[in-house]
Amino acid sequence: MNSAVTDLGKTPSSSIPGAHSFWVQIVAMICLTVVLSLVLPFMKTWPQEWIVPIKGWVTQFFTWLDKEAAIGSLKFKTVTRSISWLLEQPLDWAEYILYRGIKARDLPAMFWIFLPVIGLSVLHTKFGMRRCLMVVATIWAISLADNVLFQFGLFELPHTAMEALGVKKLDALPWIVIVAGAGILGHWIGGWKLALFSAGCIGYLAVMGLWRDSMRTFSIVLVSVPFAVGLGLGLGIWVTRSKRAAAIISPMFDIMQATPHMAYLVPVVVLFGAGQVPAMIATVIFAMPPMARCTILGIQTVSSDVEESGRMSGCTPRQLLWKVTLPSSQRILMLGVNQVVMQTLAMVVIASMVGAQGLGHKLLFSLQQLRLGAAVEQGLAIVLMAVVLDRLTQAYANRAPGELASRETGWKAKKHFWIFLAVAVAAYLLAQFVPLVEKYPRAYTFTLGRNIDFALRAFSKHAYDYINPVRDFITIYMLIPFRDFFLWLPWTTVIGVVGLTAYWLGGIRTTLLTTGLIGFVILITGNWEQGVLTLYLVTSAVILCVLIGVPIGIWASRSDRAARAIMATCDTLQTFPSFIYLIPVIMLLKVGDLSNVIAILAYATVPAVRYTYLGIKRIPDVTIEASIANGTTPFQRLWKVELPIALPEIMLGINQTIMMALAMTAITALIGSSDLGQEIYRALPTADSGRGIMAGLGIAVIGIVADRLIQAWAAERKKQLGIN
Amino acid sequence: MAVDAQIKCRNIWKIFGADPEAFMQRYNGKPTADDLAQEGYIGAVRDVSFDVHKGEILIIMGLSGSGKSTIIRCITRLNDPTAGAVEYEGRNLLKATPQELIEIRRHKMGMVFQSFGLLPHRTVLSNVAFPLEVQNLDQLEREKRAMEMIELVGLGGRENYFPRELSGGQQQRVGIARSLAVEPDIWFLDEPFSALDPLIRAEMQDEFIRLQQMLKKTIVFITHDFEEATKLADRIGIMKDGQMVQLCTPEEMVLNPADEYVAEFARNAPRDRIVSAAAIMKKSTAKTPPRVSGASVLANTKIGEIAEQVINSEVPTPVTDAAGMLLGHVDRERITKALFGKGDIV
Repeated sequence: MNSAVTDLGKTPSSSIPGAHSFWVQIVAMICLTVVLSLVLPFMKTWPQEWIVPIKGWVTQFFTWLDKEAAIGSLKFKTVTRSISWLLEQPLDWAEYILYRGIKARDLPAMFWIFLPVIGLSVLHTKFGMRRCLMVVATIWAISLADNVLFQFGLFELPHTAMEALGVKKLDALPWIVIVAGAGILGHWIGGWKLALFSAGCIGYLAVMGLWRDSMRTFSIVLVSVPFAVGLGLGLGIWVTRSKRAAAIISPMFDIMQATPHMAYLVPVVVLFGAGQVPAMIATVIFAMPPMARCTILGIQTVSSDVEESGRMSGCTPRQLLWKVTLPSSQRILMLGVNQVVMQTLAMVVIASMVGAQGLGHKLLFSLQQLRLGAAVEQGLAIVLMAVVLDRLTQAYANRAPGELASRETGWKAKKHFWIFLAVAVAAYLLAQFVPLVEKYPRAYTFTLGRNIDFALRAFSKHAYDYINPVRDFITIYMLIPFRDFFLWLPWTTVIGVVGLTAYWLGGIRTTLLTTGLIGFVILITGNWEQGVLTLYLVTSAVILCVLIGVPIGIWASRSDRAARAIMATCDTLQTFPSFIYLIPVIMLLKVGDLSNVIAILAYATVPAVRYTYLGIKRIPDVTIEASIANGTTPFQRLWKVELPIALPEIMLGINQTIMMALAMTAITALIGSSDLGQEIYRALPTADSGRGIMAGLGIAVIGIVADRLIQAWAAERKKQLGIN
Repeated sequence: MAVDAQIKCRNIWKIFGADPEAFMQRYNGKPTADDLAQEGYIGAVRDVSFDVHKGEILIIMGLSGSGKSTIIRCITRLNDPTAGAVEYEGRNLLKATPQELIEIRRHKMGMVFQSFGLLPHRTVLSNVAFPLEVQNLDQLEREKRAMEMIELVGLGGRENYFPRELSGGQQQRVGIARSLAVEPDIWFLDEPFSALDPLIRAEMQDEFIRLQQMLKKTIVFITHDFEEATKLADRIGIMKDGQMVQLCTPEEMVLNPADEYVAEFARNAPRDRIVSAAAIMKKSTAKTPPRVSGASVLANTKIGEIAEQVINSEVPTPVTDAAGMLLGHVDRERITKALFGKGDIV
């Protein structure tokens, strides 16, 4: 500790205790491993014959699970198929209501029970999260029971009755109802501005002629979100209750959050096949961890006075949880729901790779055919949906506690619901006579696709003359040499340097963890080259992210007006699903390494900006005033006072940038690359689960190693600076 | 004097550390401060015993970290003590099952918290009715009872406000109303006024005195403010480093502080409101006290109240008991020393 303090005085830019000897050791390690690898080739490249066929084992395991595994006479496959069937039921309902309409013969008897249940629960005066979950569970249970009864030919009355009346099909909700619904919801949560915004955005989906696809995507979101929220809430509560659960589940979440979206698809395809339901399963699993994290955080941050007052009021543990702890952390929980919704949407788009219909599917198709105009519009539709859902859930979360419990009584307390009901009924009836109400007429759709295509063609004709040379120059003279350098690096050097850094930052345990992960997951599985290429793409992008993001963050910290605009842009950019960023990149740069780097850059710069801004803003005013009083120039103040103090915070931002960059590398595989992301992408159609999973885990490992090192550094540095 | 002990705390220990039970066993249940320090354990409460009398206001005082908050949480079992016994209605609270504990809290105990502990998503009414709600009391009945409590603490008309719409003092009134809603036998208050600014604090103290005159609860009150303690207490217990240093009436504490630590607190005490005439009078030597006629003061009157009379009188003022019998005399010199002297009172 003593050396740390003196060191802090001498070299403010470096925080590792005994930094001098650290660098000496790093250089020594590099020299040693490079020289050794020149003499002993196996120290440079991991020999082919030493590769452990872990991928094959994983594939075999999944094939075994799918084909042979059984508990007694119950085959595992039966279990997975049953799960699929169970999940299909609510999804069907969402689709019936949102866009498909329901044929009389599909209409089960319980439909008549199902409606009043929803109605009653909405009308109930205190409509809390608990009741929400109960309603969802009830609807689900009913629709299941219903299906079973229907299979046995019971309760056929309603559809016979309907057929007798000559009604063949009940229509889905007219588009106008859904647009109005978005508006009414917006008004209830955030007033007129939000109402117009939501209704406008959702309405525009119809104008673009993407209504059906949008509703397809929305159906999956609508059904996945309650599942992910319920699951996350349950796991989160469990973690706070049981130390053992915490020990198992918390590290699992770490890995899950570092694993890119696409890696989830591979095992799901193997076990559940392709289509909407597997997409939903992958989505739920992927979107659940943030909810669990928010639940844990929410429960842990409830003030002890509130919790104790609940206990002293004589709450049973269950009452304490549902009436005190969870409602008191409502804000954090709602932020969790917000994250779930955003993650769900991002994943639903990507899940189009396993055959989920909807906007993502259309977008993927357009991208593959390089129909960029259409891609832009489909991307816009996804963005609109994302932004609306984000604004709605955020506005809900940011309401003051208790604001939802209206003081008004009677019908006024529920006026939004009644108005919606009136609009729905009126529109539904009107739709039988006026087609415009039911479906947005094709003739009125207004797409810019063709125009965009045309404009792009014109643009490329002229601009590519300028863009191409720049692109080629950067690719040939900067990216390729950089890549070759990474590929040349002996594995011993990489692992040696990581291990040594880990030792200085976090001790022997960190060294064992990081080197062990890299060794077992990337090196001996034969993924080294792809891993290094991933590292190269991410490193290039992150360097650019920092070069661009940090100055923007500094600029924001200098001017409040700039800060407002920049932070608003950051917020909006973060709601876009990662997929979207591919569109402009392909438009401008076509495919190639530079496109990958730029796509990653576009997606991952936000945290670097945000954390730089926050890091500088959080420096106490006194410190700044003191440095001004000491006679610093603005530049000196930035360089000698603000940046060093904000550095730990900025590094945490860079940490997030790395995570997002890694997630994006998997997506950029779509436009061609040869890294781990590409491995996952290739594994998808062949359902080669071992290949896909190990590649996904490889990306996760890079993320976890970077995370551990940066967190350890930032924690140590913050301790030295006395920042909490 | 036979007093009814409502709660008897016996040899309570609360130790924080890796394995407190095993640690206690190693030292036969009596580790010293050195033992604790040596093994890296923290003794938040060390071997504390005391009674809480029925209907009294017992104030436990100490600086932060002295264990005063921990001891109140040991009695209410918000924290489980490492060792000891808390006797209430003839049984050991520390042996109560979770179900029994919930029942006791639902009917016998009420507690007020420093930062109020209100539920932010509920109105005043719903907050106050909360302890009744968790007992599954019928909605009409619990809201009726809650309204009574709200009126009692002077918040009538604000029952539909949310906590965030109230000032700190008003929020604590809600906390008080909630803690009284179950009509508890024992009322615990954990630094209830510490989070309020001085003016509001004084107002709330007066409010508290008013309520106690009506309700006559048995009260355990935690504070770090000696003035507050002397203003409200029947008895004061001073804690230091997890131990109860002295437990007695404010007057005794001022007259006979147990050690330097207590004396330090007592030095700044408002003597005029604590010390009574009997404590500073020159005792009468007469075998059979004569009846006094003319100007005199009662023995239990606080000296602040008699100061003017004594100082204006040319002769020593007689002190009598309730029957008017002479007990002693107070003169100018004695009262001046008691009121303004730096050292001893007598």
